[in-house]
Amino acid sequence: MSTATETIEGLVKQEYKYGFVTDVETESAPPGLNEDIIRLISAKKQEPEWMTEWRLKAYRHWTTMALPQWAHVHYPPVDYQDITYYSAPKQRGDGPKSLDEVDPKLLEMYEKLGIPLKERERLAGVAVDAVFDSVSVGTTFKKQLGEKGIIFCSFSEAVQEHPDLVRKYLGAVVPHTDNFYAALNSAVFTDGSFCYIPKGVRCPMELSTYFRINAAKSGQFERTLIVADEGASVSYLEGCTAPMRDENQLHAAVVELIALDRAEIKYSTVQNWYPGDENGKGGIYNFVTKRGLCKGRNSKISWTQVETGSAITWKYPSCILQGDHSVGEFYSVAVTNNCQQADTGTKMVHIGKNTRSTIVSKGISAGRGQNSYRGLVKIQKSAAHARNFSQCDSLLIGDRCGAHTFPYIEVKNTTASVEHEATTSKIGEDQIFYCNQRGISTQDAVNMIINGFCKEVFRELPMEFAVEAQKLLGVSLEGSVG
Amino acid sequence: MSQQPILEIRSLSAGVEGRPILKGIDLVIRAGEVHAIMGPNGSGKSTLAAVLAGRDGYEVTGGQVLYDGKDLLDLDPEERAREGLFLAFQYPVEIPGVNSTYFLKAALNEVRKHKGQSELDAMEFLTLVKERMKILDLDDDLLKRSVNEGFSGGEKKRNEIFQMAVLEPRLAVLDETDSGLDIDALKVVSHGVNKLKRPDNAQLVITHYQRLLNYIVPDFVHVLVDGRIVRTGDKTLALELEEKGYDWIIKEAEAVAA
Repeated sequence: MSTATETIEGLVKQEYKYGFVTDVETESAPPGLNEDIIRLISAKKQEPEWMTEWRLKAYRHWTTMALPQWAHVHYPPVDYQDITYYSAPKQRGDGPKSLDEVDPKLLEMYEKLGIPLKERERLAGVAVDAVFDSVSVGTTFKKQLGEKGIIFCSFSEAVQEHPDLVRKYLGAVVPHTDNFYAALNSAVFTDGSFCYIPKGVRCPMELSTYFRINAAKSGQFERTLIVADEGASVSYLEGCTAPMRDENQLHAAVVELIALDRAEIKYSTVQNWYPGDENGKGGIYNFVTKRGLCKGRNSKISWTQVETGSAITWKYPSCILQGDHSVGEFYSVAVTNNCQQADTGTKMVHIGKNTRSTIVSKGISAGRGQNSYRGLVKIQKSAAHARNFSQCDSLLIGDRCGAHTFPYIEVKNTTASVEHEATTSKIGEDQIFYCNQRGISTQDAVNMIINGFCKEVFRELPMEFAVEAQKLLGVSLEGSVG
Repeated sequence: MSQQPILEIRSLSAGVEGRPILKGIDLVIRAGEVHAIMGPNGSGKSTLAAVLAGRDGYEVTGGQVLYDGKDLLDLDPEERAREGLFLAFQYPVEIPGVNSTYFLKAALNEVRKHKGQSELDAMEFLTLVKERMKILDLDDDLLKRSVNEGFSGGEKKRNEIFQMAVLEPRLAVLDETDSGLDIDALKVVSHGVNKLKRPDNAQLVITHYQRLLNYIVPDFVHVLVDGRIVRTGDKTLALELEEKGYDWIIKEAEAVAA
């Protein structure tokens, strides 16, 4: 029997089962970024003038910005002139009018991923929008949602069909000047999902977007905008996968959520971009800006994320609690195995009175993974009686990984109450042996301990995805303990 | 006694990081028997338990262990457990976040699967658990908590025997189950162990003190000194040790070795 350490080293490996490449003809812009490329993207999408101008403004701002260096991640500089900013499956004629006209190879790919787009094989009660490289390939359940006045479509379509809503809310939460990646996204974003829930409507089903990067050397820059009008509520889920490739690929998305009076938005992510191989070759750079604005009184925004993929994750789904009595929540499980790095957390900015926020962050590090929680709780002077509770737990597997916590707290109102709890634990050889001695295999023991560690987050996920998330975690950490 | 023994240890030597601890152990345990292993601190008692259970980091340097006629040392720890070898830990391990009931159900179903029996569903399992809890006088509340988390020393030890009651092992190795128990808890635990004794199973009780053996009465007492069994007797040997301490037997052992 080898020693424990050797076993861990020998077994830190995992299979990425979504690593296939779909062979479809694509139409791509030449690599590189300049105003012409942006005009090209905008023209391809037949965008109105204001949209093109918005992009160019963002681009011009981006060129003045410096790369952020503060995150606890390390990677070689990205050559932004070597990336393809537009790649889309080639379309015959005017593009698909319905799912029946979508390239069967694409539909087949989504089947492989377990996301049947055809409504007869649909996931029960989940409306799906799917984004392949840069273009949305189809949205299911549109008609049923339309009857309730709910708009759920690709971003490009929203620009055409609902320009007033888009113009009103685009950049309202994440302005193009916000940060380096948000500016880049604003300039070159190609598609994404748009969702509007009208006054008083509770969305009757889960809405879901699946993102897929397929083409080599391309970046994916999607933009999601969700607006819940007064008294509306919606639960939204996104999933992501990418083929295995040797080079790193950039994913810089922006998600904006807006909740008006008494509205509720629940946004769940299961992120499983390709994480790179066990030596850190390849994988997705996931540099994402997600922010929600609780604009109205008694509004609520809840982020739940399960982050298992990507070579590097840089992401802080945040809430601006502007309306009085508004509520922000952040539940996160982030896994880093092999050479993955994650710097993730949240910002809760309390502006309104009696605003409340909850942060539950679970970081799991295995292999040589580095996992950082970075969070800001900011209580502004106006936020009387604001409350925050934060809990940051880290779990280490093996002895070469790292867990880091960077909590920032700024309180400018003396009536506020802020609590922060943090723990670090390790899956010990003795725990594994104890399970073994009761007849439970090492893999089952690790899954059991991980699921126990994450259960506060998993129970926030919509039921059908909680099961998926548990399985995903099992796969991501397969063999990480001897 | 022509029947095949449950456990047969033949000149077993083992150590940790190249340091020899067990230096040739011979021991035969048959169905229906209770054996006690006593010895001073550092004599190798817990090492023997660890080697039998297959704990990582213990190297077997010589000898053989047969369990129901099979080579025990060839099996992974979980296979040994599924074959009915149970170790009641000296220091039961806390597993935060893992519910006790869930854990025990997973363990029992592994054992049942291995035996070719059907897995118990939640209702069947709970019925079994309720019944076995009575033996150990345990509070229902423990089942709702995480495995051993926040349990008192006594609760942890009782929980070990409770798990044993549910898993019904063929060979139970109790590693210093008495340590850290007050007299009332000791009685409860011993009572539980005695109730679980059957003609077709066996128990190996490892202890430093004779006290436990007032309640769990062994058929054989073995004295372990410096990695060897230096004397075997019946329960009166334990009383003799209690009275005279370990010194005389250590000296005698040294004399023989010299």
